[in-house]
Amino acid sequence: MRKVYHKIIQIAGNVITVEADGVANNDLAEVTSVRGTSLAQVIRLLDNKVFLQVFNGTRGINTGDEVRFLGHPMRVSASDALLGRIFTGAGVPRDGRPEIHDNMIEIGGPSVNPAKRIIPRKMIRTGIPMIDVFNTLVESQKLPIFSIAGEPYNELLARIAMQAEVDVIVLGGMGLKYDDYLTFRNTLDEHGALSRSVMFVHTAADPTVECLLVPDMSLAVAESFALEGKRVLVLLTDMTNFADAMKEIAITMEQVPSNRGYPGDLYSQLASRYEKAVDFDGAGSITILAVTTMPGDDVTHPIPDNTGYITEGQFYLRGGRIEPFGSLSRLKQNVNGKTRADHRTVMDTMIRFYADYKETLEKQSMGFQMSNWDNKLLKYGKLFEKNMMDLSLNIQLEDALDLGWKILADCFDAAETGIKTSLLEQFWPKKD
Amino acid sequence: MPENQTGRIKGVNGNLVTVEFDTAVMQNEVAYVEIGDQKLKGEVIRVRGNRADLQIYESTAGLKIDDTVKFTGEMLSVALGPGLLTKVYDGLQNPLNLLAEKAGFFLKRGLYLDALDMESVWDFTPIAKPGDKLVAGDRIGSVPEGIFTHYIMLPFRFAGSWEVVSVAPAGPRKITDTVAHVRSADGEERDVTMVQYWPVKLPISCYKEKLLPTKTLITQQRTIDTFFPVATGGTFCTPGPFGAGKTVLQHSISRYAETDVVVIAACGERAGEVVEILREYPTLEDPRTGKTLMDRSVIICNTSSMPVAAREASVYTAVTIAEYYRQQGLNVLLLADSTSRWAQALREMSGRLEEIPGEEAFPAYLESLIAGFYERAGLVLLNDGKTTGSVTIGGSVSPAGGNFEEPVTQATLKVVGAFLGLSRERSDARRFPSIHPLDSWSHYHSIVPAEDLAFARATLRRGQEVNQMMKVVGEEGTNTDDFVTYLKSEFLDFVYLQQNTFDAVDAASDDKRQKYVFAKVIGVLKANFKFDDKDQARRFFQELQLTFIDWNYIVFGSDKFKHQEEVIDAKIKERIANA
Ligand SMILES: Nc1ncnc2c1ncn2[C@@H]1O[C@H](COP(=O)(O)OP(=O)(O)OP(=O)(O)O)[C@@H](O)[C@H]1O
Ligand SMILES: [Mg+2]
Repeated sequence: MRKVYHKIIQIAGNVITVEADGVANNDLAEVTSVRGTSLAQVIRLLDNKVFLQVFNGTRGINTGDEVRFLGHPMRVSASDALLGRIFTGAGVPRDGRPEIHDNMIEIGGPSVNPAKRIIPRKMIRTGIPMIDVFNTLVESQKLPIFSIAGEPYNELLARIAMQAEVDVIVLGGMGLKYDDYLTFRNTLDEHGALSRSVMFVHTAADPTVECLLVPDMSLAVAESFALEGKRVLVLLTDMTNFADAMKEIAITMEQVPSNRGYPGDLYSQLASRYEKAVDFDGAGSITILAVTTMPGDDVTHPIPDNTGYITEGQFYLRGGRIEPFGSLSRLKQNVNGKTRADHRTVMDTMIRFYADYKETLEKQSMGFQMSNWDNKLLKYGKLFEKNMMDLSLNIQLEDALDLGWKILADCFDAAETGIKTSLLEQFWPKKD
Repeated sequence: MPENQTGRIKGVNGNLVTVEFDTAVMQNEVAYVEIGDQKLKGEVIRVRGNRADLQIYESTAGLKIDDTVKFTGEMLSVALGPGLLTKVYDGLQNPLNLLAEKAGFFLKRGLYLDALDMESVWDFTPIAKPGDKLVAGDRIGSVPEGIFTHYIMLPFRFAGSWEVVSVAPAGPRKITDTVAHVRSADGEERDVTMVQYWPVKLPISCYKEKLLPTKTLITQQRTIDTFFPVATGGTFCTPGPFGAGKTVLQHSISRYAETDVVVIAACGERAGEVVEILREYPTLEDPRTGKTLMDRSVIICNTSSMPVAAREASVYTAVTIAEYYRQQGLNVLLLADSTSRWAQALREMSGRLEEIPGEEAFPAYLESLIAGFYERAGLVLLNDGKTTGSVTIGGSVSPAGGNFEEPVTQATLKVVGAFLGLSRERSDARRFPSIHPLDSWSHYHSIVPAEDLAFARATLRRGQEVNQMMKVVGEEGTNTDDFVTYLKSEFLDFVYLQQNTFDAVDAASDDKRQKYVFAKVIGVLKANFKFDDKDQARRFFQELQLTFIDWNYIVFGSDKFKHQEEVIDAKIKERIANA
C-alpha cells in the first residue's frame, strides 16, 4: 500500500507542495479533494518537500486533502484498442467507453538515436494541390501551419486527416473549442477515418495542466504504432495553447522569463516534441502537422519564432488559403524529383507566374494601363486561385499537374512559358 | 588517489540536482547519480557550503531524495587518440553507431561507451628515443590514420619535462598498449598509451606560440572567399533567422573547404540534418584526397531533443577534438550549428540556479563564455618550432525573431574575425547564399585585389541606393546611368554572389576560378556600355546574366568553358561604347 499524505504546505497556481519522503521525480500522485480526484505530477524535489503539478488545477484543494503517490510516472496504453477512441489530455476516455490499461508505456520517452534515422524520401499524398504540387509533405516531416485566429486551420487539418495516405492518425487537441472538437470527431467519423484515429483532446474548458500532456500522450502513442511499422500522422492543434500553458506553469514556479514572459527552455520543450517526427531505419514513421496560431499575426513572436527554428518549413494559412509565398516544405526536394518528370517545372512555372500576377494586380490598382501580357496574367491568376489554391480540392497529384498544364495552356502560348522544349512536347495540351 | 567521495541527493529541479557531501568536491568535477543499476553522469556547476549543484546530462525522472551520488575527482574529459576520424559522437563523446547496436532505436539513459575502440590495433612507428627529454605534446611515435600520419604525443596533462625510458619498437600495437615509458625530473614513472584524456573545458595549450592568422581559408563559396573571407585559424559567425540558410551554408563549407579535418558540432538543432551528413558523407568523394568526406570528419551531434546539459558540453567536446588534430600539425575547421542553442542551454541552467539574469535572461557571464570558446581557435606554432596547426571556428547563430540586436549575436560579433549575416530578405527572394553583401564584414584577406573588391562593393552600394530611389520615383524618374548601375549591381549579385549549392559544378569554386571569373565580372562592372533606353539595357543584362550563369555551371578550364567565355566576350562587346 502506497503512503498517503495529508499535509499540503503550499498551494500556488496549479502547483501544490507536500512534505513526503521516498518520492521519485516525475512520478504521479492522486490528489483527492471535495472536487474529486485529480492526477498530479512531481515536478521538483527539495529536501522533504515535493512539488506537484495538479492536472485538474488547485481550485478547491484544502491543505488537509489527501495526496497518494502512485509510484510511477505518467503512462498511456499503447495498443490497437486505442483506435477509434477519444481521451482527455490525462488519458481518461471522453467517449463514455471503458478505460484501456493494456501495455502501459511511459510518455515523454528518450529521443531516437540519430544513427537509427533514415533520410526521408517518401511523399505523403494529401490530395490538396497546394501541398502535393507546391510544398510536398514528406513522411517524417514536422511542419507547422502558421495562422491567425479565425482561419480554417482545423478544417484543413481534418481534411488532411481524411485524405492523407497514412495508416494511423493521432490527433492532439489543445485548448480546442468544444464545437471544433465535435466537428473533428464527426468529420472523421463520416469519412470512415475515425477507426484509424486516436484522439487526445483538451478543450478550452478543461484544466490547463492537461493541455501540457496532450503532445506527449499523442506522440507516445504515435511512436508505439510507428515501431510496429505503421505510418503515423500526428495532428496537433493548437501548439500556441501548449506554449501558453507552459508559460503559465513557469510563472507559477517563479522561473525567470526569457522573452515576453515565456520560459527560457521554450525552444527545448517544443523541440523535444517536434523531434519525435522520425522515419525509423527498419520500422514505420511519424509525421507531425501542427497548428501554431501567431499572436498578433507576428511571426517573430516567441512561439512561431521558436517553432520555425525547429520545424522543416512552414505553411502560412491566410485568407483561407495556403500562401504560395513564405510557405515552404524544406523536404520537398527529397521527393518531388521522383514523382513525375514535370513536377518541379509545373511547380516553379506556376509560382513564377503567380508572382507576376501579383505584381500586375498592384499595377492595376495603381491605375496603370493593362497590356496584353498583363491581361493574360490576370486571367491566369484568377484560374490559379480558383482551381489550384482551393483547399477543399481532393485530386491526385498527377491530375493536379495535368490541371496545371491546362491552366497554363488556357492563358499562355507554349513559348511564353520558358519551359524546356522536351517537357512541352510531352505535356503541353494539344489544341483540338 | 583518496577513496572517492559520495553524496546524497537533496533536491531535484529539472536536470539540476542538489547533492549534500561530507568532505570536498571540485568545481566541474564529474559525478554519477545512482538509480537502480543505472549511473547518470553529471557535472558540479556550483558549490555552496556542503551542498553541490550538479547538472545531469540525462533525464532526472525517477531520482529520489537521498539517492547516492558518486564523485569521480575528474573533470569532464574526452578520449583522444587514433580513430576519432569518421566517428559520430553525442555531446559526451558516446559513439552513436555503437550505441544503436547496443540499445536499438532509442538513446538509453546511463549507457556510456568507450569513445575509441579499445581493441583496435595500429601500426606504430617510434619517433622518440630513450634518453630524449619531452614535454607535453612532443611526439613519441606515429600511426597511420586514414589519410593522415597520426602522432602519439606525450599526454597534454603531463606537466614539466619527462625523460623517455623506453619506447615500443615499430609494429602493430593495441591502442591501450604501452608505447613509451617515461620518467619525470623527480623520478615519477609513467606509461604512455595511444589514448589520452583531456578536460574539455580547458584549452589545450601545448604549443610554442599563437600566430596571426593571415592565410585565407578557401571555402569555395564565392561570397565568402572574395567578399568576406575567413582565415585559416580565424573565426567567423553566420547569424540568420530561421530558414535563411545557415545549415545549408555550413554543410557546403564542410564539404568544400580546403582544410585537413572538419569537426561538425550539431548542437541543439534537428536530428534530420545530421542524418543527411551521416548517410551521405561516407559516399561522397573528397576530390582533394580521393577518399570519402567522412574520412576527414568527426561529427559531434547533440540534437535538440537530446539532453540539454550534454548540449552545453558538446561544443567543448568538439573544440577539444579539433585542438587535438591541430596538435597533429593539421588545419582543422570546426563548424558549430547553432551556438545559440548552446547559449540557451546555459540560460536554462542559470535559471535553475536562480542566478541574477542578464539581458533576455541569459546569464551575465554569457559574453565571456562565448569569447572563451572562439579564443580556442587559432594558428599555432607547435613545440618543434617549425610545424603549424590551426583550428578555425565557424558558428551559426539563431537570433530570436531574426533580430541581431540580441545578446548571443552581439557577444559573438565582439570576438569573431568575420561576420556573415544571413538576411531574411535575400532568402525570401531565394538569393542563396543569403549572406548580406553590404552588412557583412571580415577582417581577413580577400583572394582578389583590394581595389577591385572596393569597386564591386561601391557598385553594390550604389545599386542599392538607386533601387531605393526607384521605389519612390519609379523607373521613369531614374536616369539611364543610374539605372545601368543598378543593373550592374544586380548582375554582380546574380552571377557571382549567388551560387547554386545543389549544382555539382557551381557548388564549389576554387580560388583560381574565383579570381578568373571575378576579373571578368569587374570588367563588366567597369565597362562603359551604351544603351538607347532602359528596356534595351535591361534586356542586355538579362541576356548577359544568362550566359554568365551557364558559364558557372561549366567545369573550369574545359573546352566548353572557353567556348562559353567567347560567347560572353562577344555579348559584352555588343554594347561597349566606342568599340
Ligand atoms: N544555398 C541554397 N540554395 C537553395 N536553397 C537553399 C539554400 N540555402 C537554403 N535554402 C533553402 O532554405 C531552406 C532552409 O535552409 P537552412 O536549413 O539552411 O536554414 P537555417 O538558416 O539553418 O534555418 P534554421 O535556423 O531553422 O535551422 C532549405 O531547406 C532550402 O529550401
Ligand atoms: Mg539550420
